[in-house]
Amino acid sequence: MKDVMGVINVVGRNSDLLGALTGPRCIASVPFGGKYRLIDFVLSSMANSGMQNVAVFTREKYRSLMDHLGSGKNWDLSRKQDGLIILPPHSCDGQSLPDFDLKSFFAHRNFFDRSSQKIVVVASANIICNVYFREAVRYHQETGADITVFYSEMVANEGGPPRRCLKVNETGRVLELVERQSWDQGTKVLLEIYILSKSLLMNLAEKSFLPGGADLLTGGIIPNLQKFNVCAYPLKGYSAVVDTIDLYYRHSMDLLCPQVWEELFFIPGLIHTKVKDEPPTRYLEGSAVANSLLANGCTIAGTVENSILFRGVRVHRGARVKNSVIMQKCEIGEGALVERVILDKDVRVSAGKALTGHDKKPLVVEKRKIV
Amino acid sequence: MVLDKECVAMLLAGGEGRRLGFLTRELAKPAIPFGGKYRIIDFTLSNCTNSGIYTVGVLTQYKPLILNSHIGIGIPWDLDRKEGGVTILPPFAQEKGGKWYRGTANAIYQNLFFIEQHNPRYVLIVSGDHIYKMDYSLMLKYHQEKGADVTIAVIEVPWQEVHRFGVMDVGEDGRIITFSEKPKTPPSNLASMGVYLFNRKLLQKYLQKDEENPLSRNDFGRDVIPLMLHEGCRMFAYPFHGYWRDVGTIESLWEANMDLLAAEPALDIYDHNWRIYTVNPSQPPHFLAATARVEQSLINEGCIIHGTVQRSVLFTGVRVGEGSLIEESIIMPYVRIGRNVQIKRAIIDENTVIRDGCRIFSRSDTEPPQIILVEKSMIIQENTEISM
Repeated sequence: MKDVMGVINVVGRNSDLLGALTGPRCIASVPFGGKYRLIDFVLSSMANSGMQNVAVFTREKYRSLMDHLGSGKNWDLSRKQDGLIILPPHSCDGQSLPDFDLKSFFAHRNFFDRSSQKIVVVASANIICNVYFREAVRYHQETGADITVFYSEMVANEGGPPRRCLKVNETGRVLELVERQSWDQGTKVLLEIYILSKSLLMNLAEKSFLPGGADLLTGGIIPNLQKFNVCAYPLKGYSAVVDTIDLYYRHSMDLLCPQVWEELFFIPGLIHTKVKDEPPTRYLEGSAVANSLLANGCTIAGTVENSILFRGVRVHRGARVKNSVIMQKCEIGEGALVERVILDKDVRVSAGKALTGHDKKPLVVEKRKIV
Repeated sequence: MVLDKECVAMLLAGGEGRRLGFLTRELAKPAIPFGGKYRIIDFTLSNCTNSGIYTVGVLTQYKPLILNSHIGIGIPWDLDRKEGGVTILPPFAQEKGGKWYRGTANAIYQNLFFIEQHNPRYVLIVSGDHIYKMDYSLMLKYHQEKGADVTIAVIEVPWQEVHRFGVMDVGEDGRIITFSEKPKTPPSNLASMGVYLFNRKLLQKYLQKDEENPLSRNDFGRDVIPLMLHEGCRMFAYPFHGYWRDVGTIESLWEANMDLLAAEPALDIYDHNWRIYTVNPSQPPHFLAATARVEQSLINEGCIIHGTVQRSVLFTGVRVGEGSLIEESIIMPYVRIGRNVQIKRAIIDENTVIRDGCRIFSRSDTEPPQIILVEKSMIIQENTEISM
């Protein structure tokens, strides 16, 4: 893997996708799964696969992302040679900031030129997965593909945000990438993870100033399906794309399935995140917790069901938390009821208050609110 | 608060912990897991960092591998520094051959060159065996205010236990009048916590003297402190009020863990202004299944619980199967417990597998109760009963 570098793409179309959750931050640093941020899954996969050079391309609202990533030490990417680098927006024509990934790659072409690696794995930050990229890179080399695109065979879907579905021939070459809103069981759905050579990526980046050519997928890959040998690689194991509040909620709840928990967090490697040094979670007399995921540092005196609690949450006596995602350091007051809600960090729900979301839509409460 | 270089801490971590049975078969006492997440030495190391002491020598001797890899270069405690930081000081060979550390004083004596390297005014000597939170910078301030040569931290202990400690008779101004190690008729119930603050030059002088005395056992409590007192050094007792435990036995280790489960624990590990740092394995949040019931317990990350857990401490990555009942027990990292298992008043050491239907319990009702200890990396076959 000495010859492979990682690019995590936080530029472009996904800056405000999660409403209130992406109000104060970019999508890559949206908290997920009790102690993680969305970017941790792809970043840990890259680090666990042995990549030593990983660049995170950002565009806006990246302060919390920088704070989270730090020097990259938590992913073992604080290195003398290469390591983790955050590449903020950088104008390439001296005027506007790049709004598409290829333009951003072009603006930072010196970084690519100076990197010794010849193969690049480009991935979106909002994919929940645990991947061993070594196998995928081997597949890429064995098939002799120009570009390898990842897909997963998703369960049948109706509605929701449109996804690109793959049409593949018998040799695994991608013929079409069609946008659809519903599909049947077993359809190959694109995950925005690509493997290609650095020279090809730079080539596409240079052409990003031609009309319609600024986005790697829609400007670089789709128009060139005939020209390039684009191959499909199946991502095995749990995977999910988080790009709406509904999907954020639904995929958070997926973690309450023990099989998903066992698979996603352990196989093939562990998911790393910023260390917070919280003590173990403390359950007091009278606590009743079932079917829930709890990070460290919580103090629980009340009832918690079908929920995900991040680090340092306090649930007071008589409080009930149901079907909810409660982020870091929230406090649920005595006798309060919280149902079908997503509480962003540091929210305080006063004693006796009831907060319930709709059957179809969870209620999202912004960071640091007092309810 | 910059105490660095002004004060160097020497942390004694060579203890064998003989009365802890096979818990210390492969590791030194300071490396024993505690509180669902920590090792005992984390408390002292965190005290150093939180007190602003960033130069720490850790003296190891007995089975140091786990301790060494735990401490590493000191990253979790912010002790990875360009200058100072943490240095592990094992016994070493010299021109005249190798020498083990013969006693606490000899261990420091053999490392005087390490202290000299940093040229501090004060040397803090602490033990890695104790569980407590203490701000050493306040002790240093006291030491300076009193114009002391040596300051010893003291805590009031119950009279029936005094005979286990170094005990002091202290004047009204805090000056130590007598010091006796494990006395039969103690003059007070003020026990030494094994936390000593020395003026460095004086420490050097007396360690030299102690070394030259062939009758000395080279121990601070038994030899160096009485000698200094005898020769008229200004020695003061620094009163400490708070939680402090020397967990010397299986029962006291169990009790100290249970102390964390009180409604208002005397040792607050949730204080964000005085965090206890340790190595963090990248484990996911723990999962309590629909059938789980957990009360009055501490559960660390990476656990998956289907059964009932009451008044217990579960370390990283423990699994508890459906229908199992864990009460008043300490379950060390990565223990796998099957279905319909009952465990009461036991310590299950790391990586042990307990298969379905086992019963492990202590009927003891002494205070503290006798505790069953199940060794590490064992496989306990189905329906085994272990009781006493």
